[in-house]
Amino acid sequence: MRQVIIIGSGPAGYTAAIYAGRAGLAPLVVASSVEAGGELMKTTEIENFPGFPDGLQGPDLMFKMQEQAEKFGAEVLLDDVVGLELDGDVKKVTLGSGAVEEALTVIFATGSAYRKLGVEGEERLSGRGVSWCATCDGFFFKQKEIAVVGGGDSAMEEATFLTRFATKVYVIHRKDTLRASKIMQDRAFDNEKIEFLWNKEVTEITGDEKAAGVTLTDTVDGSTSHLDLEGLFIAIGNDPRVHLVHGQLNLTTDGTVAVEGRSSKTNLPGVFAAGDVIDITYRQAITAAGSGTVAALDAEHYLAGLDKTLLDQALGEQPVEPVTVSA
Amino acid sequence: MSNATAVTDASFEADVLNSDETILVDFWAEWCGPCRAVSPILDQIASEHSDKIKIVKLNVDDNPQTAMKYQITSIPAMKVYRAGEVVKTVIGAKPKPALEADLADFLA
Repeated sequence: MRQVIIIGSGPAGYTAAIYAGRAGLAPLVVASSVEAGGELMKTTEIENFPGFPDGLQGPDLMFKMQEQAEKFGAEVLLDDVVGLELDGDVKKVTLGSGAVEEALTVIFATGSAYRKLGVEGEERLSGRGVSWCATCDGFFFKQKEIAVVGGGDSAMEEATFLTRFATKVYVIHRKDTLRASKIMQDRAFDNEKIEFLWNKEVTEITGDEKAAGVTLTDTVDGSTSHLDLEGLFIAIGNDPRVHLVHGQLNLTTDGTVAVEGRSSKTNLPGVFAAGDVIDITYRQAITAAGSGTVAALDAEHYLAGLDKTLLDQALGEQPVEPVTVSA
Repeated sequence: MSNATAVTDASFEADVLNSDETILVDFWAEWCGPCRAVSPILDQIASEHSDKIKIVKLNVDDNPQTAMKYQITSIPAMKVYRAGEVVKTVIGAKPKPALEADLADFLA
């Protein structure tokens, strides 16, 4: 049995692992088989992570965090969690391999998943011109006309990035103002290849084998129009990834895991949550990292207050012998 | 890194289209994080089912003609070829059980 299992390997998961590792808790990090490193693995340049004045690549930051966690004794497992039993003193985590890992505490840091538009054609044309990852797929849209849906920082970042490849990038936004930060807005406004389509909502994606266009509905007057496109990048936000804990952990009305005050404590003793899965407001690498720290400290505190026999079990059923000091 | 044989624009016809075997082509690129994640999973599937399917990879940066011909717009893209025809397309990195389910017809 383990003392700590951390589920997730974004900034929250790895930072929790660094702190838990340094506290001697030898955490197991279940990092996912294909999404290890989390959302930052799909970004390019990160300019706002403190300590890196020249910026660095998202994947590089995540590999450094993993290395730092492993240096302090974290074990990183490239597998997925398929089942969780979180009540009781001993938590059970079932992995994709079929193995079941047990621990006294679980830190749940699964982040969030891309939100879908939920319109006709989206599912069918996904990977066929419809994408959620500009850095992954932008390359295939050289000399093409494409669009980004959304009005936040990630939409601006994607649109700006995509002008490296595309001849024209429309930004489709359902309001007439952007949620994005000033610096990201200015970059997009200054880019000649970017054209904003305000107060427009994508209501259908058309095309047989590949995306060929979108139907736009005006959010003010309800009129519809068609726009020919060869690619559509969707950046309309994220939803907390909570499907593993439905019915076990209390959720907020926003769909995040509910935690007590500024702590990471969920409604179940020994279960802590951190990162984007508890935060739909800030969603930054650094806030997620801070949240991971809180969770590790909360877990450490919880373990310190546990019955000694349980702890001994977690430490390999080997009670520590009292040390005899010879005279 | 991956154990899969690399195929190219030049070798695609001989190695894939004219092959008697069932061949999965993993379309990938160096800069694609999800491609790096799925590569070892494909290696495992290849070694566990070496009698049923052969897995090769094509770098889309170095081999744009083939990538364009098969209308690749998202990677990783995994296409299964039999007798020169695409019989299955899987897009995106997925955990091993999900990939095995997608490829079940070719692994059994």
